[in-house]
Amino acid sequence: MINASDKDIVVAANVTKQFGSLKALNDVSLAIPFGAVQCIIGPSGSGKSTLLRCINQLEKIDGGAIWVDGELIGYRRVGDELHELSDAEIARQRLTTGMVFQRFNLFNHMTVLQNIIEGPLTVMKRPRREIVAEGMALLERVGLAEKRDSYPIELSGGQQQRIAIARALAMKPKLMLFDEPTSALDPELVGEVLAVMRDLAASGMTMIVVTHELGFAREVASDVVFMDKGEIVERGAPDAVLVAPQHARTRDFIAAVLK
Amino acid sequence: MSAVTQAGIGRDLAGVAGLRIVPKRFYGRWVAAALILLALAWVVKAFAQGQIAWPVVAQFFTAPAILGGLVNTVIMTVCAMALGIVLGVVFAIMYMSPNPVLRGSALFYIWFFRGTPLLLQLLLWFNLALVFPTIGIPGVMEWRTIDIIGPFMATLLGLGMNQGAYTAEVVRSGILSVDVGQTEAAKSIGMTRLTTLRRIVLPQAMRVIIPPVGNEVISMVKLTSIASVIQYSEILRNAQTVYYANARVIELLIVSAGWYLIVVTLLQIGQYFLERFFSKGRGERRAKPQIAEETGA
Ligand SMILES: Nc1ncnc2c1ncn2[C@@H]1O[C@H](COP(=O)(O)OP(=O)(O)OP(=O)(O)O)[C@@H](O)[C@H]1O
Ligand SMILES: [Mg+2]
Repeated sequence: MINASDKDIVVAANVTKQFGSLKALNDVSLAIPFGAVQCIIGPSGSGKSTLLRCINQLEKIDGGAIWVDGELIGYRRVGDELHELSDAEIARQRLTTGMVFQRFNLFNHMTVLQNIIEGPLTVMKRPRREIVAEGMALLERVGLAEKRDSYPIELSGGQQQRIAIARALAMKPKLMLFDEPTSALDPELVGEVLAVMRDLAASGMTMIVVTHELGFAREVASDVVFMDKGEIVERGAPDAVLVAPQHARTRDFIAAVLK
Repeated sequence: MSAVTQAGIGRDLAGVAGLRIVPKRFYGRWVAAALILLALAWVVKAFAQGQIAWPVVAQFFTAPAILGGLVNTVIMTVCAMALGIVLGVVFAIMYMSPNPVLRGSALFYIWFFRGTPLLLQLLLWFNLALVFPTIGIPGVMEWRTIDIIGPFMATLLGLGMNQGAYTAEVVRSGILSVDVGQTEAAKSIGMTRLTTLRRIVLPQAMRVIIPPVGNEVISMVKLTSIASVIQYSEILRNAQTVYYANARVIELLIVSAGWYLIVVTLLQIGQYFLERFFSKGRGERRAKPQIAEETGA
């Protein structure tokens, strides 16, 4: 089992996720405190994305349980039974978390500003005047105010990813999930996205970041997890895991990335 | 090796530079064009010299019976297509629903209406009274079927339900054409399944849906003529009624053909603009919507 407290925004207990016969997550337990910047590293196919997607209920877990912000996700406890939640209740639970995808996934048929205000407008049903002002403030924050009326296709990858971050922030989440946010970017565009994330971390946002940017992890993370084959192999302070890893698998991985 | 080749080309170029260029000749095209022109001339001659009274064509082109039929054709096209699109969207969503009952119903609907001839469906609706003499809630509200399902309703149901089965497939492929990343992003900002469909997926699926549906609207204009067999007075039926009386068969068929061509041409122009509208965010767009009023600055 796992030691969890009220200070944890995410508690995953013995989580298992299977795709056919493949165990993408095998008995994963992890507690992440409020305000943490939790980096997750690991080789391809180790289950990093799957873990994030389970936290955001884009995948349904096959075993164990996950609490986000003190609430059991996906189920309601009735006596000693767990009742599956409805589509609307799951949608409500997702409001606690924002997610940033590797491939940006901006709404292609909407302008930048429309992308950002879409959630507040249709999900939160807030008045347009307010959210346009907030949307513009977010655009200022990611340095793209002048792109408000552009379509995603007209933007570089780095710009699209910054907009995607702003879109997630527009919902005022308590937790931000990043799934390799810079992996689809040309090298010269990585910096601008990391800068926005660094800024966000400095503002106190709780973040879970799957990344291959070990430099960023070392600088910004409060804690690093190394995953392999669906399991958490090693966990600790960035300097411990990234500089002096205990396990051979971690050492091999870091050596391979740095090469 | 490459130096030698280059030298060779250089020498040829020098010798070739001043020569006259004779364009490639397309004998096949000329022969084909000549044959087509010949055939066309023959048809035109036949129509010009044949037993066609052009003044009669002109006279009936705007005759009340024809215009009334035209209006009925257009009304039926609009109503049947609207019903078809609504049913198509509903059944496409049911088809893709995780609920097996909804999915099964959608499959049955598509299977039945695509598997039987349209004419048969029209006749079925028109003769519905033979199976259900009354419709409604027994004992509460009941109507005699013959009063409700006249030629208009039978045609509307026949064409609309049949169209719905085809449109459902078109809508489904449109929905499938939208990247799953769009759905995941929508979910991640807290949208429910239906909101995601309405706000994110369907608008992007439109790009794929509009061209085939546009074609189907055009087919529908002409398909309405089939309703003449159950006495719906669309343009072709009215033309027939007129030529039974005055025996000007070809003239009235020409009048009808002219009107069909006019309506279809207008629809094609409309389709062009609709396709342009739904291609937004796809790199072909000029005008941008402005969310100006409320910047709140
Ligand atoms: N929808 C799915 N269906 C089947 N298998 C899947 C699915 N999603 C993930 N997997 C498998 O689960 C395992 C873990 O995948 P996951 O995407 O979580 O890895 P990852 O650590 O994010 O890798 P990467 O660094 O390549 O993104 C992989 O073997 C993958 O092939
Ligand atoms: Mg991944």
